[in-house]
Amino acid sequence: MLLLIQYTLIFASVLLLVALGGCFAEHSGVINLGLEGIMVIGALGGALMMRYAPEGISSFAMIVLVLLAAILFGLLYSSLLAVAAINFKADQTIVGTALNMLGTAAATVIVKAINTAANPDDVSSTIQYVVPKKAFIVNIGTFQFNWFMVIAVIALIIAYVTLYKTKFGLRLMACGEHPQAAASVGINVFKMRWAGVLISGIYGGLGGICYILAGVSEWKFENGVAGFGFLALAVMIFGQWKPQRIALAALLFGLFRALSNVYTGFSILTALNIPSTVYNMMPYIVSLVVLAFTSKSSRAPKAEGIPYDKSTR
Amino acid sequence: MKKSFWKNAAVQSMLASLICIVLGLLIGYIVLLFINPAGASDAITAVIKNFMNYSRSTLQLKNFGSTLVKTAPLLMCALSVLFAYKVGLFNIGVAGQYCVGICACLYAALAWHWGWLACLLFAVLVGALWGTLPGLLKAYCNVNEVISGIMLNWIGLYGTNMILTKVKESTSPYTFHVATENPKAILPTLGLEKLFSGNNKVTMAIPLAIILSVVIWVILSKTKLGYELKATGNNKNAAKYAGMAEKRNIIMTLAIAGALASMGAALLYLTDYEQWQCTTSSVPGMGFNGIAATFLGGLNPIGTIFSSYFIQHITSGGAYVDKTMYCSQISDLISSLIIYLCGFVLFLKFSMNKIIAKREEKRAAAEKAAAAVKEGGDK
Repeated sequence: MLLLIQYTLIFASVLLLVALGGCFAEHSGVINLGLEGIMVIGALGGALMMRYAPEGISSFAMIVLVLLAAILFGLLYSSLLAVAAINFKADQTIVGTALNMLGTAAATVIVKAINTAANPDDVSSTIQYVVPKKAFIVNIGTFQFNWFMVIAVIALIIAYVTLYKTKFGLRLMACGEHPQAAASVGINVFKMRWAGVLISGIYGGLGGICYILAGVSEWKFENGVAGFGFLALAVMIFGQWKPQRIALAALLFGLFRALSNVYTGFSILTALNIPSTVYNMMPYIVSLVVLAFTSKSSRAPKAEGIPYDKSTR
Repeated sequence: MKKSFWKNAAVQSMLASLICIVLGLLIGYIVLLFINPAGASDAITAVIKNFMNYSRSTLQLKNFGSTLVKTAPLLMCALSVLFAYKVGLFNIGVAGQYCVGICACLYAALAWHWGWLACLLFAVLVGALWGTLPGLLKAYCNVNEVISGIMLNWIGLYGTNMILTKVKESTSPYTFHVATENPKAILPTLGLEKLFSGNNKVTMAIPLAIILSVVIWVILSKTKLGYELKATGNNKNAAKYAGMAEKRNIIMTLAIAGALASMGAALLYLTDYEQWQCTTSSVPGMGFNGIAATFLGGLNPIGTIFSSYFIQHITSGGAYVDKTMYCSQISDLISSLIIYLCGFVLFLKFSMNKIIAKREEKRAAAEKAAAAVKEGGDK
């Protein structure tokens, strides 16, 4: 039971972080379908930092360095989306999809190149981080507490305050609802949208490193992040683009994802004799069902996905 | 006045695609330089040469055949994405539809021992049903087809793994060979293997896929159905106002798209070119490459034939890079770069038209000035 709670919390943290990223981008008026790719690149940044960080540094320094690396990689990668979608008015769906493919392909190529350079016989795309991972984990009895659970909560509070209590957040949301009106009162829509996408890059990168640290202590970058970026988008839609509701949605989805990791620990569930693939499918099936019931009365930002054109004011 | 050659939409699309390809290859080359400057030129030429890396012409032909074998399913996936895109739907679920196609045709061939036509039609049917799911969700529940498509990709992948485990070899994670288990499920070659130095994987799949792309072109641009579908894509409410069944059109489009992708899977797996690995942990790349081919082909079914071949050409070419320095994923990197650049096509076309307009303006001004000078001279 404790294991289920542990996994639920950690997967919910991933989903929460990434969904909040998507939330910022969409409130500014850009649909960020590239979250999956941003997660992979953020994870790559963090994993590389864990590999190359000097040995014997304190846990705190390690956590800070890894987070900064993930944030930086996510930020830089999301600027590819921003420049295409905002400045060049590209189709956001195509660019997002391209970023997802590019993320996995680039991470695989980079990691393989590093591995092969270190050892010519090693052609795997795996990075190991057994020792550095310990910095993130505190054992409380049998419960493995992960610092990312705290980071996710802090991120949630920051997101809520930024969106609803600051001038910046309200202006950002105006750009996603009615950019022409926002522009007419002197808000720079392009800058605001850039800010929205870059913040989603930060959150996405953090979510990515959190995801690969959730279970195992090595990561094969060929696998990407198994649709988690899109699950996070489903969480965001289910949460109706509101941070506090997104948090609840993330817990629900996290629970179903965690079940596929730990269902063997429950005698009732193993007695049902359902193949493990069914548990693997669960989060995706649940999200489809949930979306079917909640999308009808969708409260999506009105101008999302539409490139801003000054001449249409 | 004669219409400028550069103003032709087809010429502009082709030019834009070529720019994307060249830039994609160039960035890929730069990445290779970063990894290891010594072999970068060899590696990028190996990717571009693909089957021409062999010196003997029989081997060249045989491997050219293999590239074509994999082009057929890619073309079908690209057609699936294209068909949906023309109706305003982004069919990212193509990878999942491809997956259920594999599942349907292999299960029918290996468990029920059906003939090839029955297997092919069964795959088409299952794909169409799978495609209806996001269609229904979109039409009646307003679920974004991109999100539901991704979810269905993963459900399809895990489902395929689960079902095909029943027809796999006991010692490996791979399914049985269709050729040894049920030879009558293999697609007829129509004598095509003779053209490719006896490569018996070259079957009717290739001409069939090309014929289907022409059919799709005809449906979209010459029939009432195509017109209605495109109208629905342009403006759902206007189409409804004009008396078109917009919900039915959305569902039908995604069903057809699903059928196309699923058929593509059958066209590859019923040649026994490869077996399905029942422990596959990521969605097949064929679907995503299909998206690349669609946009690179300038959203035209005929252009898609060439772009599909090109994407498959460099994907197969990735196998020939020097493995001690680079990995074959370098071609995935190049094709994803190309899709990213395809996002800029609109902007490219816009700038092309701007340049043309400026030139014409200049020429018109020059002609006017010349005429004025002439008039002045007459006086």
